[in-house]
Amino acid sequence: MKIIALNGLLGYGYAAESLENVKGMKIDYIGVDAGSTDPGPHYLGNGTSFTDRNAVKRDIELALVYALNKKIPFVIGSAGGSGGKVHVEWVKNIIEEIAAGNKLNFKMAIIQSEVTKEYVRGKLRAGKIREMGPGLPLTEEVIDKCDRIVTQIGIGPFMKALESDADVILAGRSCDTAIYAAPAIKAGMDMGLAFHMAKIMECGSMCSEPMTASDIMTATIEKDSFTLEPANPIRRCTIDRVAAHTMYEQGNPYFIYEPDGVIDLKESKYEQISDRAVRVSNSKFIEAKEKTLKLEAAMLAGYRTISIAGINDPLTIKNIDLVFDTVKKFVVENMKDKIAPEDYLITLRKYGEPLPGMPIPELPTNNMGVILDVVAKTQEKANTICALARARMLHTDYPGRKSTAGNLAFPYSPSDIYCGPVYTFGMYHLAVVDDLCETSSISFVKVGA
Amino acid sequence: MRKMPKLIDLATVVRSKNAGPLYVTFDVMFPNKSVFEKVKFSKVLTEKYIAKLYGVDVKEVSIIMYDIVNSLKITIPRNEISGALADTDVYGCQQQVPLSNVIIP
Repeated sequence: MKIIALNGLLGYGYAAESLENVKGMKIDYIGVDAGSTDPGPHYLGNGTSFTDRNAVKRDIELALVYALNKKIPFVIGSAGGSGGKVHVEWVKNIIEEIAAGNKLNFKMAIIQSEVTKEYVRGKLRAGKIREMGPGLPLTEEVIDKCDRIVTQIGIGPFMKALESDADVILAGRSCDTAIYAAPAIKAGMDMGLAFHMAKIMECGSMCSEPMTASDIMTATIEKDSFTLEPANPIRRCTIDRVAAHTMYEQGNPYFIYEPDGVIDLKESKYEQISDRAVRVSNSKFIEAKEKTLKLEAAMLAGYRTISIAGINDPLTIKNIDLVFDTVKKFVVENMKDKIAPEDYLITLRKYGEPLPGMPIPELPTNNMGVILDVVAKTQEKANTICALARARMLHTDYPGRKSTAGNLAFPYSPSDIYCGPVYTFGMYHLAVVDDLCETSSISFVKVGA
Repeated sequence: MRKMPKLIDLATVVRSKNAGPLYVTFDVMFPNKSVFEKVKFSKVLTEKYIAKLYGVDVKEVSIIMYDIVNSLKITIPRNEISGALADTDVYGCQQQVPLSNVIIP
């Protein structure tokens, strides 16, 4: 069975030539992962994508036209980056536009994986929430603050959708691995190998050299091994790259944790079978006693306005903390009857200082970048505080000052940038489930005329 | 006396990246087994040392030898969760420098 991963992230691009190369092969399945929590909590909270619409459209269009023509299942996981309903809708809209533009007709399965606050509250009360690490306790108050809660679904919902006659599967938040492991496991392949293969190929050509997330990877899975080979002839898979990628972005290189169980890679074997291909065998699946699904959600933390500036005068740099202290005191005093200090957080982010614990350079820096960073309860309050602080900071006096016309070199006019809503993670937890499909639902739509 | 090398002088890769929003994980790769074992047997990189270097709870630090590619895997909790108001590195991909500068005797 031959599976291809378009790239490491839908919208990051891939070489059209790579797609041309795979067209000569017998392909059973085309997948692409669209999601990540790496860009932070904003996109999940705000219901927007961290990838660009035109770039996503390009990546889908080239491959979709080919996949439909050859009747190869085309599967997108974690639609829209964060995989909420609104994100799925965003990608569905792009697909409909592609269908109209290319006169395509097809059946699409849509898998949703959002859950309600009530669902999570029930899990919490039943003692079925597991923490993923320190610093993020889940309470009922946190649940109340989270507007959009998604679950990372595993292979189950994908396998169900693959049983239908859908040409395209569009899924909400999913485990990256589920996209590629599901077709292999459905075809009766070994689960340990299927998940290990999926874990490596979900980043596209990151396991090859030259390394990139922006190109196609092919994988062939057989009864007792799988083989990875990049679609682009300029790249090659090596044992080092493949084995090294196994540990990428996860805490333990010997175990991959999945909703269904854990993949034990301690005895995995890697072989260079050609100049460009690596074969992997002996990865083992161990079923989990307690089945879990990962929950993700973000909470609104306020609204941000920033002002970016450079400081070149060594005396100003030397006095920067004193200057900022003066600014903060002034802002609090000036607005005391208008905006309560607890309604905003004002921070000065300094760039160009030696890091803590690092040696101080022989020539002290003569250029510092600063960001005046304000997060407040409303955008209007953030704008007000930032503007006031920026103006005050420009003209703050300090002992021995000689550059008395201004402290800040603004690269832009306007100097203040309105960043909109700010979110923080509220949930990144495991929920113990009775059924791994209990958070997802599948519907079918006809796309095109 | 020869100057003692830093980890960055011995390694071919020293990278950091989020392992989910709560942890940062470091991959340190060496060019061959002998360099890898020099670092491994120097016993400088202990959980206690890493905890102090990054100001994190020692109980949450994990160090794993990944012999197959002559690499070290170190994972620490984040002091600020990715995207928190005081976070400075959302992807966690620029946290490697203190580790790079560790002297390996």
